[in-house]
Amino acid sequence: MRLQLSPEDEAFREEMRTFFTTQVPQSIRDTVANHRHLTKDQYVETQRILNAAGLAVPHWPVEWGGKDWTPLQRHIWREEMQLAAVPEPLAFNTSMIGPVLAQFGSQEQKEEFLPKTANLDIWWCQGFSEPDAGSDLASLRTTAVREGDEYIVNGQKTWTTLGQHADWIFCLVRTDPTAEKRQRGISMLLFPMDTPGVTIRPIELLDGTHEVNEVFFEDVRVPAENLVGEENSGWTIAKFLLGNERVGIARVGHTKRLLADAKEHARTIVSNGTPLSEDPGFTARIAEIENELLALELTALRVVANSSGGRPDPASSVLKLRGSELQQAATELLVDLAGPLSLASYADGGSDVPEWARAATPEYLNYRKVTIYGGSNEVQRTIIAGTILGL
Amino acid sequence: MDFTYDDEQKALREAVSGLLARAYGDSEQRRRVTAADPGFDEKTWARLAEMGLLGLPFPEESGGMGAGPVEVAIVAEEIGRVIAPEPFVEAVVLTGGLIQAEGTAAQREGLIGGLAEGSLIPAFAHAEPGTRWTPTASGVKATEDGGTWRLTGVKEPVLGGARADVLIVSAVAGGGTRLFVVRGDADGLTRTGYRTHDGGRAAKVEFANTPAEPLGDAGADQSVAIDRAQAEARIAYAHEAMGAMQTALTTTTEYLKTRKQFGVTLNKFQALTFRAADMYVSLELARSIALWGSLVIDAGGDVVTAAERVRLQISKASRHIGKDAIQLHGGIGVTAEYSVGHYTSRLTAIDHVLGDGAWALSRLAADVDSYPTVDPLGAPYA
Ligand SMILES: Cc1cc2nc3c(=O)[nH]c(=O)nc-3n(C[C@H](O)[C@H](O)[C@H](O)COP(=O)(O)OP(=O)(O)OC[C@H]3O[C@@H](n4cnc5c(N)ncnc54)[C@H](O)[C@@H]3O)c2cc1C
Repeated sequence: MRLQLSPEDEAFREEMRTFFTTQVPQSIRDTVANHRHLTKDQYVETQRILNAAGLAVPHWPVEWGGKDWTPLQRHIWREEMQLAAVPEPLAFNTSMIGPVLAQFGSQEQKEEFLPKTANLDIWWCQGFSEPDAGSDLASLRTTAVREGDEYIVNGQKTWTTLGQHADWIFCLVRTDPTAEKRQRGISMLLFPMDTPGVTIRPIELLDGTHEVNEVFFEDVRVPAENLVGEENSGWTIAKFLLGNERVGIARVGHTKRLLADAKEHARTIVSNGTPLSEDPGFTARIAEIENELLALELTALRVVANSSGGRPDPASSVLKLRGSELQQAATELLVDLAGPLSLASYADGGSDVPEWARAATPEYLNYRKVTIYGGSNEVQRTIIAGTILGL
Repeated sequence: MDFTYDDEQKALREAVSGLLARAYGDSEQRRRVTAADPGFDEKTWARLAEMGLLGLPFPEESGGMGAGPVEVAIVAEEIGRVIAPEPFVEAVVLTGGLIQAEGTAAQREGLIGGLAEGSLIPAFAHAEPGTRWTPTASGVKATEDGGTWRLTGVKEPVLGGARADVLIVSAVAGGGTRLFVVRGDADGLTRTGYRTHDGGRAAKVEFANTPAEPLGDAGADQSVAIDRAQAEARIAYAHEAMGAMQTALTTTTEYLKTRKQFGVTLNKFQALTFRAADMYVSLELARSIALWGSLVIDAGGDVVTAAERVRLQISKASRHIGKDAIQLHGGIGVTAEYSVGHYTSRLTAIDHVLGDGAWALSRLAADVDSYPTVDPLGAPYA
């Protein structure tokens, strides 16, 4: 055990910080810092800059573009990226399907997909949830029936994040409706979103944004070679993928940046004659969130160090649970800081209310999602109780 | 102490809830109404006027109904139950309350009369960028020149500020804060309206040497009256929040009884039923203190601190119930098509209009040393 960063890690941190703050366009980082939504082009441009420098998929196996970094270096990489308001490499590509293909894919699939996935030449979306299969993912009903060299897919997915930008979908489908355990009859298929029979419909969220969709499949023909792993082994693959999703979802650096912003803005808001930055009630709240975040960051370091052989530690549920709660606490803090100004939510540039204050409530409302998606926090507690505590 | 409604109050509640159920019984209707300017339904506003609700708290000589704070609370709660976007608390309780308290007889007759019959909607232009929830003004200045008062500066966000026929504006004059009446068509008045996250409307209001008439006889500082009117509005908003929380909870319990996962309805999971039970506990505690707040107004007690106590409890309950209502719905709770998130959005707005829980807590905390115990039935509340 040691506390300080070694001189090498210190140098590594400096290198990351310099790269992120000088090589990613300021306008893109400003978009993130000001809580505005990114365009597809901004995501693609950023990920290509990162990939060209070997910084898009450092956690992948080395032969597919990964780096042989220590868990600490990976942590520093992610943290510095979030602190610099750099859009993170698309999670569907880099944290979800990429590692899955590297682990379970055929040699042809790896060669075909991994380089394009790292470079965001293919934009992936996740087709897991269905209207009646949310927390209970294993009850999914979308079917894939083998016919010669093809699967014929029918059914519906929902909550497909950024599906409107996606080129391909990785999808869980039911290949054996007779399996005695529901989990056994599931497979994972890959196919392009423009395959005949695929239609997509937007879902508007509470803050007025369009980031999720419903996707319908009608006799969609998928070549059998696009099956990942063995037929009916989709559940194992999905569990592997979801564990990885949870590790990335804590977003400690992002929450730190929100808190740093809050401190800065607190100097500009005067309440009862003194700036909120000098109000002990308000600063105590910041200190409390900061401390929880510190505990989370240290836990993340411990958990990441333990995920050997690419298998996520079951304690990744702790990261998802607490990380999402702290993201919500930070967005709530910003609304409270904006106070009455938070009502000017959809004022345009002519407003005298600063942009961060206008963005505060829509973002707070949008962030209600983080305790729901990626396995809701109730589901994480069930995992902790069952898998870890044996209850 | 008596927390039950009498027959007339029950009849009032039935009538208001009937009217609002016809207007907003289907949450789609609210979405349609809030999508277009002015963000509420002028026809529903006219019906509220016909029923006498817009003049409810004002004395008959001002053109009102002479009812009390409990009746106001009943209307506010029904508004909250369907999150009707009509500006009842903003226009009637807050702005109307200020006019009634501070206006001259002629102003009361003209403005309250118009408000009560539905022909004139007033808004209170008080919030300024960079300040929060104070009874004083700082960014808008008033000067007198040959008997005419003129205002200069910016108010933002002003709820209902773009649609309002008349603005009651707070401004710095002679070192104090004074109130002024500005007509919607006044020279040197620019209003830029926009949507608020809860479907309402607000505006940036700019005054450039805008002619204004003092509210009441020109004279002393009016920040005490502003504090008082805001306190009464805080209590009315608490009832609006009560209605919204009640619906958020029933929507959630209904959902838990129908949504199936893992082969059973969600109410088979004790983790979720306990969460719903906790929401109910929050709701009932909030209800008690909100009702008490109205009774303090009625009894002529210290409304300003009572409103802070109400605000603190309502803020906590609103956040708890609003957040859990979404969480227990899962993904559907964060969609625009489904109603429950809009309730949370409205509760978040109410929490930040006139002071949130932390704000109330710090005002209360500054005072704990000055009394040994809190007695809801004794001085200073009754
Ligand atoms: C913004 C957003 C983006 C998303 N993106 C994607 C995506 O890209 N791809 C994808 O496949 N999915 C995505 N999802 C889906 C997400 O994973 C599901 O919403 C989530 O799994 C919850 O399912 P549900 O919404 O059906 O809620 P339900 O499962 O109906 O749950 C409702 C409530 O009940 C609780 N609950 C359910 N079962 C239990 C139990 N046994 N014990 C205790 N509590 C329980 C839940 O925690 C929740 O509070 C997204 C969701 C959102 C909101």
